[in-house]
Amino acid sequence: MTGYKIIVLAKQVPDTRNVGKDAMKADGTVNRAALSAIFNPEDLNALEQALRIKDSFPGTTVTILTMGPGRAAEIIREGMFRGADDGILLTDRAFAGSDTLATSYALGQTLKKIKDFDIIIAGRQAIDGDTAQVGPQVAEKLGLPQVTYVEEIKSIENGRVVAKRRLESGVEVVSCPIPLVITVNGTAPDCRARNARLLMKYKHAKTVSELQNSNEDYLHLYNERAYLNIQEWTVNDIESVPAELGLSGSPTKVKTIENVVLQSKGAKVISSSDVDIEELMKDLIESHTIG
Amino acid sequence: MNSIFVYCEIEDGQIAEVSQELLTKGRSLATELNCNLEAIAIGHQLEGIEKNIIPYGVDVLYIADDKRLAPYSTLPHTSIVVKLFEEQKPQIALMGASSIGRDLGPRVSSALHSGLTADCTSLVIGNHEDKKQGKVYENLLYQIRPAFGGNIIATIINPDCRPQMATVREGVMKKEILDPKYKGKVVKLDVAKYVSDIDFVVEIIERHIEKSKVNIKGAGIIVAGGYGMGSKENFRLLYELAEVLGGEVGASRAAVDAGYTDHERQIGQTGITVRPKLYIACGISGQIQHRAGMEESAQIIAINTDPEAPINMVADYVINGDVSEIIPKMIKFYKKNSK
Ligand SMILES: Cc1cc2nc3c(=O)[nH]c(=O)nc-3n(C[C@H](O)[C@H](O)[C@H](O)COP(=O)(O)OP(=O)(O)OC[C@H]3O[C@@H](n4cnc5c(N)ncnc54)[C@H](O)[C@@H]3O)c2cc1C
Repeated sequence: MTGYKIIVLAKQVPDTRNVGKDAMKADGTVNRAALSAIFNPEDLNALEQALRIKDSFPGTTVTILTMGPGRAAEIIREGMFRGADDGILLTDRAFAGSDTLATSYALGQTLKKIKDFDIIIAGRQAIDGDTAQVGPQVAEKLGLPQVTYVEEIKSIENGRVVAKRRLESGVEVVSCPIPLVITVNGTAPDCRARNARLLMKYKHAKTVSELQNSNEDYLHLYNERAYLNIQEWTVNDIESVPAELGLSGSPTKVKTIENVVLQSKGAKVISSSDVDIEELMKDLIESHTIG
Repeated sequence: MNSIFVYCEIEDGQIAEVSQELLTKGRSLATELNCNLEAIAIGHQLEGIEKNIIPYGVDVLYIADDKRLAPYSTLPHTSIVVKLFEEQKPQIALMGASSIGRDLGPRVSSALHSGLTADCTSLVIGNHEDKKQGKVYENLLYQIRPAFGGNIIATIINPDCRPQMATVREGVMKKEILDPKYKGKVVKLDVAKYVSDIDFVVEIIERHIEKSKVNIKGAGIIVAGGYGMGSKENFRLLYELAEVLGGEVGASRAAVDAGYTDHERQIGQTGITVRPKLYIACGISGQIQHRAGMEESAQIIAINTDPEAPINMVADYVINGDVSEIIPKMIKFYKKNSK
């Protein structure tokens, strides 16, 4: 057995879970600078599933594919620290303004170019949009079956993956032939931590663009150690129809963005004193709201 | 004019709540656009299912009935919906933002190259002027949803691609039968023409579906906790309060993400929408995605240490202070005064 070739689809997202007070500007728009950029949480669950396959099947390789701005190379490095073998950053102005369909098209064309893969694993959804659309759309673009909301990969045997899915109201175990697209649920095991040895090994891994901005004394290292080069692909590295990319390839358009001006309903403000709370509970009982 | 389509989810011969809600919404949009409301039911042993669908005002119901079509599986359901949409060319297609709808919707939208907007909180018909192209689009579906970043509501449109697809969570729309005697047509599809063998490569080996034990949508009183509860231990206070008041416990996404409780209790745009007679928001800041799921509660009490928290703006009572001090007091004084 020579193992499997796994591609993990991952996204760098603003940390919408920790929006502190300074996350919003006074005008109600996002203060992007105040939000840290993180590895989308369910993509980490996806990475863990890939790494578990690698643990059980020697010879398996795990490649992280991400589309985003230059700084998204951070999550490829982060993945390598945890056990991924390498990564591809797909980055180009041509992809700007992509909705989920245009994103899936770009990722699908990239995967067609990579060609040689067995299993594509993505997180169920990204926390900046919660749409859960990209995984299934990529599967459709490639004409592959999909197994969504996976919590556990139970076995890989005879060219089929058996996986447990978490549904709204229960679980389902399905068997699906390879190649396939899997999306992983947040209820799946957390991703393992960084490995100290891998951290040392890949600390200086960089994309071409990052290299251009770094200290030239070390440039020879990148020729000697191929694993330090994170692949950076642009629109020219994939075959694509321009009309399918970015804004023009996105059927959904944002018509308007509206600020909701909150007008206070004029609440009755009370303190946490015993008197106030007792008064409130009495009011609610009297008005038959409770009791 | 081209029709509006609703995909009806079926579990054990029952039509999902969310599908019934969408049929109701679909009917009102169809009436406004003066077009047909059509629906598709895919499954097995569906005899008589039309009695539960047509009364919502469905003009044409397509039924695909075959042993291999139940339970739901991605590929065959996608093939049927895609082919049917290619034939019927609906202008709008609605699906539940459920495990099924979120598995099927994106696949269909990709196959048809049509846009899909997830988790809409409102659907409205309106026009759009593209100034650059000097073109006016009439009667588009405005797919309205909170957007990331502050109090922002985005209106999404699909000017050029059809169908205009949207998913909506359970509870967002209200369900209402239009006319128990509504006259609609039933069309039985010849399933073999819509699916092929390769649609059945995925095998379902095991399946356990349980009716959810929590019934937040039906609860008259909801005690909801947010990240401000501080810990899973503190979150238990909410169960105590809910218990004495006879209510259910809900949560914000931040509380769910922090592991204080399960996702099935999440209230908001990407959770459930509720309209109880009393909603007690404990340590919840009240971001727009959360408010989208609870704003229509008859009465709202907000407990928060921050007097400026947005939740206070939609509240009827604001209690300034610490949840761990206030909730025990509420329990105590309720018990003292309720008899
Ligand atoms: C695509 C998308 C979809 C989303 N969908 C949802 C959704 O469906 N539902 C949802 O809820 N959110 C959703 N969110 C997240 C939402 O934007 C907010 O981040 C989330 O609602 C915040 O949860 P919170 O109020 O519990 O936490 P925080 O915003 O961190 O607020 C905590 C509050 O607790 C108060 N507090 C702290 N300590 C105490 C104390 N001891 N006593 C009293 N008060 C205290 C603080 O003052 C603060 O107001 C979504 C976000 C995105 C991007």
